[in-house]
Amino acid sequence: MSVLDSKVPKGPLAEKWVNHKNHINLVNPVNKRNIDVIVVGTGLAGGSAAATLAELGYNVKTFCYNDSPRRAHSIAAQGGINAAKNYQGDGDSNYRLFYDTIKGGDYRSREANVHRLAEVSSNIIDQCVAQGVPFAREYGGLLDNRSFGGVLVSRTFYAAGQTGQQLLLGAYSALNRQINRGKVTPFNRHEMLDLVKVDGKARGIIARNLVTGEIERHGAHAVVIASGGYGNVFFLSTNAMGSNVMAAWRTHRRGAYFANPCYTQIHPTCIPVSGEHQSKLTLMSESLRNDGRIWVPKNLEDAKAIREGKLKGVNLKEEDRDYYLERRYPAFGNLVPRDVASRAAKERCDAGYGVNKTGNAVYLDFEASFLRYGKIEALTHGQKDASKEEMIALGKKVIEKKYGNLFDMYRNIADENPYEVPMKIFPAVHYTMGGLWVDYNLQTSIPGCFAAGEANFSDHGANRLGASALMQGLADGYFVLPYTIGDYLADEIGTGAISTETAEFDQAEKDTRARIEKLMNGAGTHSVDYYHKKLGLIMWNKCGMSRNATDLQAAMDEIAELRADFWKNVKVPGTADTKNQELEKAGRVADFLELGELFAKDALERNESCGGHFREEYQTADGEALRDDVNYAYVSAWEYNENPRDAKLHKEELVFENVELKTRSYK
Amino acid sequence: MSALVKSSLARKWVMALSGLFLVIFLTQHFVINITSVIAPDTFNEWSHFMGYNPLVQFVAQPILIGGLIIHFIMGIVLDFQNRKARPIKYAKFSGNSNSSWVSRNMIITGLVVLAFLGLHMYDFWVHEMTVKYINVQPEDATRYLPELKEKFVNPVRVGIYVVSFILLAMHLWHGFNSSFQSMGAKAVNQGDRLRKATYAWSVLIPAGFIFIALYHYFTHS
Amino acid sequence: MKLTLKIWRQAGPEAKGKMVTYPLDGIDGDMSFLEMMDILNENLINQGEVPVEFDHDCREGICGSCNMMINGQPHGPQKLTTTCQLHMRKFNDGDTITIEPWRAAAFPVIKDLIVDRSSFDRIQQAGAYVSVNTSGNTQDANSIPIKKADADEAFHSATCIGCGACVAACKNASAMLFTSAKVSQYALLPQGEIEATDRVMNMVRQMDIEGFGNCTNTGACMIECPKGIKLENIARMNREYLKAETLG
Repeated sequence: MSVLDSKVPKGPLAEKWVNHKNHINLVNPVNKRNIDVIVVGTGLAGGSAAATLAELGYNVKTFCYNDSPRRAHSIAAQGGINAAKNYQGDGDSNYRLFYDTIKGGDYRSREANVHRLAEVSSNIIDQCVAQGVPFAREYGGLLDNRSFGGVLVSRTFYAAGQTGQQLLLGAYSALNRQINRGKVTPFNRHEMLDLVKVDGKARGIIARNLVTGEIERHGAHAVVIASGGYGNVFFLSTNAMGSNVMAAWRTHRRGAYFANPCYTQIHPTCIPVSGEHQSKLTLMSESLRNDGRIWVPKNLEDAKAIREGKLKGVNLKEEDRDYYLERRYPAFGNLVPRDVASRAAKERCDAGYGVNKTGNAVYLDFEASFLRYGKIEALTHGQKDASKEEMIALGKKVIEKKYGNLFDMYRNIADENPYEVPMKIFPAVHYTMGGLWVDYNLQTSIPGCFAAGEANFSDHGANRLGASALMQGLADGYFVLPYTIGDYLADEIGTGAISTETAEFDQAEKDTRARIEKLMNGAGTHSVDYYHKKLGLIMWNKCGMSRNATDLQAAMDEIAELRADFWKNVKVPGTADTKNQELEKAGRVADFLELGELFAKDALERNESCGGHFREEYQTADGEALRDDVNYAYVSAWEYNENPRDAKLHKEELVFENVELKTRSYK
Repeated sequence: MSALVKSSLARKWVMALSGLFLVIFLTQHFVINITSVIAPDTFNEWSHFMGYNPLVQFVAQPILIGGLIIHFIMGIVLDFQNRKARPIKYAKFSGNSNSSWVSRNMIITGLVVLAFLGLHMYDFWVHEMTVKYINVQPEDATRYLPELKEKFVNPVRVGIYVVSFILLAMHLWHGFNSSFQSMGAKAVNQGDRLRKATYAWSVLIPAGFIFIALYHYFTHS
Repeated sequence: MKLTLKIWRQAGPEAKGKMVTYPLDGIDGDMSFLEMMDILNENLINQGEVPVEFDHDCREGICGSCNMMINGQPHGPQKLTTTCQLHMRKFNDGDTITIEPWRAAAFPVIKDLIVDRSSFDRIQQAGAYVSVNTSGNTQDANSIPIKKADADEAFHSATCIGCGACVAACKNASAMLFTSAKVSQYALLPQGEIEATDRVMNMVRQMDIEGFGNCTNTGACMIECPKGIKLENIARMNREYLKAETLG
């Protein structure tokens, strides 16, 4: 018997959540007033959880490193949020959303969690509309939907190209309402540096006030980690510059298991790297793949000529173009899931067909859509004999309405007009499916410590479908955690206020101060970014879109070596008692340097290809991922060891009672 | 009164309403003055009416003066508050790249117009008061036009009038349209017809006053 | 590209700050403005100096963190663009670039180019929400049909990223555009109507308490807003305010 108890309720799949809610313990309103909850991170998951917990009556403290909760990186999600509303009448249902998500995750997630996600998805849309989130609407005044990669229905709700911002502002408004009522105390520009455990239970955190440098103690009856993902272990990613693993990793160090660290999503439609100076990558919504066609030249000579600037892609004849996604996956074409699309792009570029200077870019072409939309526009506006040019011009206007902001963004960054020449794109690290291991109640392996949103590992298996991150963050925060945390807190009503004047808090603060001291007193040869960039290169080259045992082993060694060098030679200027962004970065990179090694170890241990994890040794004859359901249908949950290579693996076997495990085919 | 100034929005309303009131007054003033060019008898007649009608003298005139005082005191108070809202100035500030000079310098154009009003009051209002209440001269419905013409003999005074009205035009260019924005007129949200109309008025009325001044200067004998 | 940077340096909230000149070489047109700042900081660290602190996060133009007054303009010379999305190709070899923090009594400097914008948070806490609790059984989303034009307009007002460029650009450091965008979003939606009166009164009161200046309708805020939030929002808020004052 594994030490991991998923606590998935008994009963038929569709009734588990309702039954569970009916039987878990509740805390009465009077007692809630005496219970404190800390929420670390104020994005979709943390913000919505904090607001809802406060509505229920708990006293909540929120922590975020930004100057305002509104700036959490959930804000950058563009495309949309899934919900099984079936407003389009195209056959959608909770089951289909559940099935698509399980399949999209390559059968590496828990059935019960995913079904719950699908069940509450509709509530999210209702809740957000009630809050005044301005979703896109049709002329009839009802909500509009679009379709996304990996599915055959239109279930994605959106707000132009900034759904994430609008949903986050919705959660932030709910949070503001509670701050105004005094039920939430926000600690902005604060960073959690450690979790404090008393008698094995999470009882508070140590945080640094990023403005004054003060080290603060905060006690609570439960701690919620909702601090997002760790894509920045790659240095270059679409994550915000400040996104980090610190809160989750500190929790891991205190005993919470870290699950599936190697499951990383590489998003196919990002703007390619332009040079050494690059500080981050910019994603363009996957929705572009609804109307854009992805291609590279058919002939190597053409690709070479394009790279050397002797030939322009736009001038290449139709028969000389290889629409490789449409060729390889006729059923889904350009709308295959993200992992498949990304790998296919890498395959073409590795084979020498890349189309920018570095050879790491493919085309995303809208010409066919300009014509297709233009034709409809012309016909519906009475221009029965419009010329091709006229239709293209009309089509461009339609595309501009749909994706104008993305086209502008592309033009601004790449300095090319995507209305005239095809966009160039390349995959980039975008989302991490791995994270803190949690049970069905979203509780980590530390009692009283919960994890929500991207910070936990839960619902996406080995690959996340588009428009599902927002769904999961809000599902966890609005509709799951507020119930399940009550089950734990019901036993805490007699505990009384949590004192921070205890030996445990003393020790945690001492540890934190020692660590800061050590960072400040490095020998001073290299900046933090120097190490971060080096780590990123190792990760990208050896633990990126495709991995093999030799490289992974090498990566573990290189990262361990880099980590040792970092602690000896990192240079953090300034002092620790003021705002010091270099110190903030140093603390985060120190954790990435541990996580990176565990990441490689996890990838090495998983001898199969699944979702975002592609092992070169395990592929079919035509290069598709080869899963091993007999030996690897489990969640890898790692117990901390200061040498990550010696971390102990705990397995949670995944039981599939309602879906048949099939080879994921998008052909 | 406290309700009028309790919030920044209320203060905007006060500025807008008092400004609009002055716009109406200016229009009426212009209509009377232009008769001095096109119908001198009418000018005398109307001026006499304005000078001796008790309703005008004891109701309208105090309201006008009150509106004027509110407008300029509030303007000065607002400017003072606005300066306080940015205690440390920018080393480099390129205001022209995002707004017009007149919109940013209402206090300057406003104070110039205020100074001009001083002269104007001295020229006409003080004179009127002297005639009516200090010297207690008998009513004379024909004295107005000659008195007016006499003021526009001196080229320096005419010059001051012209310059002041140019600054008034600038003040109005921003202020008149701005008042609708401050009052949240729906027309502000519906195209720019309103804006164009206020711009036209802001140029035409002061230009008219300048024309009257110059006309009398060049036609005096 | 070779540049001369004049940057405001201030060690802490109470410290006295000053403009410091830094020469910088090796800048490429494809770099973003913040990547240029990264290079400057890397140089400073290597020279044993303290790097320039500035707020930034997403570097995609959506989080609203970055805030630099560049040559007297919030977010620099390119319209509808945040500092992080401004690229060095907009500058020329040999240029001198002046970089300052937002200046407003309501945005005190924390360090170098970082200012405290929590006043914006407090304005929103005062009423920028619909009082609806999270329950699993809110009415169906499609039971509140909203005219597409109103929904689009509300969305446009809601695109504000809260960066503060409007305040920085305004000669009066007024926060009217920011506040009105929030008031507008809810005023345009049926969900927001019920609390409209309290919302506008409370938010305007908080805005005044924070020490922002008065609006004099110069329009600078709209021109400098990286998201193109329109001046009409201010008119709408003024209207909502009058309604609230007179009709209660």
